[in-house]
Formats: sequence, structure tokens, C-alpha cells
Amino acid sequence: MHILQMVGFGLVATVIATVLRPHAPQFAIMVTMVAGTILLLMVMSYMSKVISPLQDLANTAQLNQGFISTVLKIIGIAYIVEFAAQLARDAQEGALATKIELAGKVGIVILALPIVMSVMNAILHLLP
Amino acid sequence: MTPEIRAVLQIAGIGFLVAFLHTALRQSGKEEFAQWMTLVGFVTVFMIVLSYVDRLYGEIQRVFLIQ
Repeated sequence: MHILQMVGFGLVATVIATVLRPHAPQFAIMVTMVAGTILLLMVMSYMSKVISPLQDLANTAQLNQGFISTVLKIIGIAYIVEFAAQLARDAQEGALATKIELAGKVGIVILALPIVMSVMNAILHLLP
Repeated sequence: MTPEIRAVLQIAGIGFLVAFLHTALRQSGKEEFAQWMTLVGFVTVFMIVLSYVDRLYGEIQRVFLIQ
């Protein structure tokens, strides 16, 4: 996990974006976007190392495979929505950022609904 | 010069080039040509950025099992 490399890369990209902003603001946003994307790509390669042991644990515990994949999807949606929303805020597009977050929230609620339903059914069965 | 930093420097270089050419062309009176040149520069940079975003989307779909 080259944490120093990633942090250094982020710092360099920040400096380049600030230097570029007065001359060409639209290119500064492009530098921020590509730097953010590359950093996320670096993190994503380590993320799969985190997720595979979790899935093995879930399999050994005979958990329902659907729950685990839903949780993973929700985490993925949260990642990408936060990335896009923060980028929109950087470009002074606050309204757009909130719309992106709204889309992410709706997506997460839709994904979480079946789990909530199954919990409700389980509870109802317990009651006399 | 890792590939990541090369992408950022490439885009910054194009940005600077386009910005300075824009002012230079405006001084020499070719206002409209400068506008077009900036637009073309921006589109090429956006294509480069989109290729990285596309790679990121594929990676996220693979890792987080989003279909």
C-alpha cells in the first residue's frame, strides 16, 4: 500500500490545479477530475484485497449471498456518488452536487429495501 | 515518471499551452480562431479524462459487483 505515493500524487495534482486555475479554469477542473479518478483507481486495486476475505467469511458463515452483494453495491454507489458530488462542488456547482447525491440516495434505498423487508418478515414470524 | 503523474502533467501542459495561445492569438487580432482553438483543446483533454473515468467505472463495476 504505497500510501506515501498516493498522498504525494494528490498534493502534486492540487498544486497543478491551483496554478492552472487563473489561466484556464476549465482545464483546472479537468486536472482535478483526472487526479481524483486515478487516485480512486489506485484505491480500487487495494479495495478488492479487502473485499475478498470478507466474502470468504460470509461464505463460511453460510450468510445469504444476496445480502453481501447488496452491501457491496451500496458501498460502491456511495463511493462513486461522493466522488462525483464533491467534484461538482469544486466546480461551484452546488445544485448539481445535491442532485447527484439525491440520485445516489434513491439508488441505495432501492437496494436496501429487500433487506429491510426480509427483516420485517422475520420479526413478524417471531410474534405470536 | 509514473503513468499516473504523466496524465496529470499532460493535461496541465495542454491547459497552459491553450491558455497562452489564446491570449497570444487575441493580441494578434485572431479572436475567433482563438475561441475555436480553446474549444478543440478542451475537447481533446476531456476525451483523455473520459478514458480514465471509463476505466474507473469498469473497475468499480468489477469490484463492487454493480451490474
